[in-house]
Amino acid sequence: MTDALIWLVAMPLAAALATLLLPRHASVVVIITGVVTTLAGGILLFAVGTQGALSYEIGGWTAGLGIALRADGLSALLLLMTALVMLAASIYASAYFSKAVERARFWPLWLLLWTSLNALLLSGDLFNLYVTLELLGLSAVVLASLGGKTAAVAAALRYLLVGLLGSMLFLAGVSLIYAGYGTLDIAALAHLIEPGPVTWTALALMTAGLLLKTALFPLHFWLPPAHASAPAPVSAVLSALVVKVAFYLVLRLWLDVFAAVVTGAAANLLGVLGAGAVLWGSWRALRAERLKLLAAYSTVAQLGYLFLFFPLLQALPSGPARDAAVGGLVILALTHGFAKAGLFMAIGVIQQRCGHDSIRDLDGTAQRLPATTFAIALAGVALIGLPPSGAFLGKWQLLAGSFATGQWLWILVTVAGSLLAAAYIFRVLGHAFGHQAYPQRPVTVAREEWPALVLTAMAMVGLGLAGAPVWRLLEGGL
Amino acid sequence: MNLDTWLPLLVVASSLLPGLVIFFLSESSHWLRTALNLTGAGVKLVLVGVMVWGVFHEHSYETRWTLAPGLDLVLHADTLSVLFVSLSTVLWLVTTVYAIGYLEKSPHRSRFFGFFSLCVSATVGLALAGNLFTFVIFYELLTLATYPLVAHRGTPEALRGARIYLAYTLGGGALLLVGTVWLHVLAGPAPFVEGGILHRLPAEYHAQLRVIFLLLIIGLGVKAALVPLHGWLPRAMVAPAPVSALLHAVAVVKAGAFGIVRVVYDVYGVNFADELGLLTGLGIAAAVTIIYGSIKALSQDNLKKRLAYSTVSQVSYIALGTAILGPVGTIGGIVHLVHQGIMKITLFFAAGNYAETLGIHKVSEMNGVGRRMPMTTIAFSVAALGMIGVPPVAGFVSKWYLGLGAVEAGMAAWVMPVLIVSSLLNAAYFLPVLQRAWFRNPGSAWPAEHIPAARFETTAALLWPPVVTATLALAAGLFAAAPYSPLEWAELIAQREYGL
Repeated sequence: MTDALIWLVAMPLAAALATLLLPRHASVVVIITGVVTTLAGGILLFAVGTQGALSYEIGGWTAGLGIALRADGLSALLLLMTALVMLAASIYASAYFSKAVERARFWPLWLLLWTSLNALLLSGDLFNLYVTLELLGLSAVVLASLGGKTAAVAAALRYLLVGLLGSMLFLAGVSLIYAGYGTLDIAALAHLIEPGPVTWTALALMTAGLLLKTALFPLHFWLPPAHASAPAPVSAVLSALVVKVAFYLVLRLWLDVFAAVVTGAAANLLGVLGAGAVLWGSWRALRAERLKLLAAYSTVAQLGYLFLFFPLLQALPSGPARDAAVGGLVILALTHGFAKAGLFMAIGVIQQRCGHDSIRDLDGTAQRLPATTFAIALAGVALIGLPPSGAFLGKWQLLAGSFATGQWLWILVTVAGSLLAAAYIFRVLGHAFGHQAYPQRPVTVAREEWPALVLTAMAMVGLGLAGAPVWRLLEGGL
Repeated sequence: MNLDTWLPLLVVASSLLPGLVIFFLSESSHWLRTALNLTGAGVKLVLVGVMVWGVFHEHSYETRWTLAPGLDLVLHADTLSVLFVSLSTVLWLVTTVYAIGYLEKSPHRSRFFGFFSLCVSATVGLALAGNLFTFVIFYELLTLATYPLVAHRGTPEALRGARIYLAYTLGGGALLLVGTVWLHVLAGPAPFVEGGILHRLPAEYHAQLRVIFLLLIIGLGVKAALVPLHGWLPRAMVAPAPVSALLHAVAVVKAGAFGIVRVVYDVYGVNFADELGLLTGLGIAAAVTIIYGSIKALSQDNLKKRLAYSTVSQVSYIALGTAILGPVGTIGGIVHLVHQGIMKITLFFAAGNYAETLGIHKVSEMNGVGRRMPMTTIAFSVAALGMIGVPPVAGFVSKWYLGLGAVEAGMAAWVMPVLIVSSLLNAAYFLPVLQRAWFRNPGSAWPAEHIPAARFETTAALLWPPVVTATLALAAGLFAAAPYSPLEWAELIAQREYGL
């Protein structure tokens, strides 16, 4: 079963090299990679579900010297989501980039990004996490700049600088930890960690770096332009996965490695910033004039919800109520991943068909592309958090945790954010109705429309109705 | 396969699956779409028949599926759910036939019938919901499935109506959700149990329970169009006639009223709700709504708008019955759930026929229409007289039991005047319509005659649905004492609720 761990990193890495050598067959290579990593992700999830956390030492070197790959329930879930989203986005991208030259430039970087995502999720020590984070940031920046326009390059440059600053802060924290504890292995650190100025400073530095990368309000300023000007498949992956793995690291540090030293005040601070993100992000999404900008601001807001969980988890005593809240947090993150990836792909279809994504002029397009509009609707409903989406279960837990701990403020924030989300989603969907010319068949461009439909259906129905295993998988840790 | 655990799911799936397939059909596959629609409706009717028989013989049907720890999706058949499911199923079949006739040759039919089926699936789902969590899921789904139906025509007016509908219902849905989560944290899962469960909670929770009740009732009251939460209903009139018919008779408005009944009887328990002093407030809100809706209906010249305000008023009889403590009042409220549905759908079908056949949208254009469209107008008249409460039409039975219940509960002092004033107002806004239709001479030409008179006054798919439902409304009153009639069933529900 540990083979799956290796496949998840080796496969996209080997494919990156293969696409450099065989650019003509690149699309096939990428799709095969997608299928193999999805299978590996599924096997890993099954294995973690039955046997508990898995680990593997590359080359037989033990931790400290060698590179160890680890997977528990949380990372296995995120790995499978990554595989599914990347597979769908790859199929989509193979149709989106119509010119061979574009694809030849795109695939190696795309696979490098994929490798670093998987490697980050499997890393078991802080230094490897830093390396994969850096690699991820760089490949993401180059991909984001592929839009080619000045705006895209400017946004990508800002993205690069922010990313570097974030990594540097993270690295500074890592070195403090190494100086203080003599190890970077996170499993070992979780036992050693104790309160003190060095630990707090290190946690603060690392968290600051990660918050910058995950674009938590008010550090989100770089995200909307970068995500909105990248090519659609890249935007999809940036919003769904890249910011999400930075959040995964925050979660890992706060709930796992540093759980013993986190204070209620610090958790509350994250909650307050999260509340700011929910309200500000949703408001800006409502005011946005372009679809992609709307989707990008919605990402800012959705990440905010995830941070609202920190004060709850801090206040809840360990037990069923806290486990339920952790599961809610994870399922909210997963739902957002699927929904937002599908949303960006659907917007990409609209942008390519009519050359713009201005919300005001959407009338004809929305009616000529029923399947794409339907995908936007599914994604939108999942973003609002209405049933039967996975986000509904997540927000239920958010509300339940707030009631149980008497933290009423988060209830107001959640409800207000959801109603704002409904407003910005239905502002778009209103354009789907009218008597413009409509096609005979609902799906018109299969390779671009189906991936978005499948992903959004996954967010809307799959996670909502078949999400119970998420809680079971998380029973072991966090 | 065990029928006891699958039947509730199958009842929901029999409209859900055809609906999902219909979304992906091309516009031109008219026959396949029609076949799917009618097969789904027919299968559902048979399944519900089995269910009614089983529940009557105290058989238990339950589908349970865990969504998250402590959160189960439960579909459960009890007497109350079966009543609402039967109503939805019968009226869905009729409305589908009507909608096929009504929308012939208009665009986006796959989308329309897809959402139409989703709408009915959501209604049936919330009727069968076995706990408050499941109810909330289907309640929100219903909101989502109905929005595209209201917005269907895509005119600025339709979009505006749909937007207002959404603003009201999502806002209400949010309150309902917050109340439900709160209750869940206090008392665990809230299964619908005859007689309620909350009286077991210690007294220190009572204050919180009152606030939760308020949240739940406001959330449900938006769909049930309790004044002042009714603003969306008259504006949603821009929807096509079959949608309005479904909205007013079965789906949205009724879902709210049904939810109120569920919360009062099967979550709080009617005696416990009375102990907490919650019923008086509900009763006053219902009474105000009944009078206000009728007064507003008086001044509407647009026929559908007049009917809409009439719905505002009539649906609150259900809430009023709920607020009357005692089995007789309960019977009156619950039986009106069915009676109002059958009568109101007839009225909307007829209004749709006037508009589609002759282009008549206003009461003032209806002079002499009874001669041109006698069968439609007879159906309209039967339903209108029923709404006023003229025996032997179904509406009389409802009002009789409500009045009797109020006397028994010692609430006659204020319920009786409400009933009498409201019946007078009902007469005041319906009788002039009938008088115009039957006794005035038609003008020189109809506003816009789309369908010329041939063998029948209009096409068969438009004509038969109102005739059938008017006959049902008459039968429900005439044969109220027969076994399996709505009244008998409501008596069965009351017996089980009060443990008689």
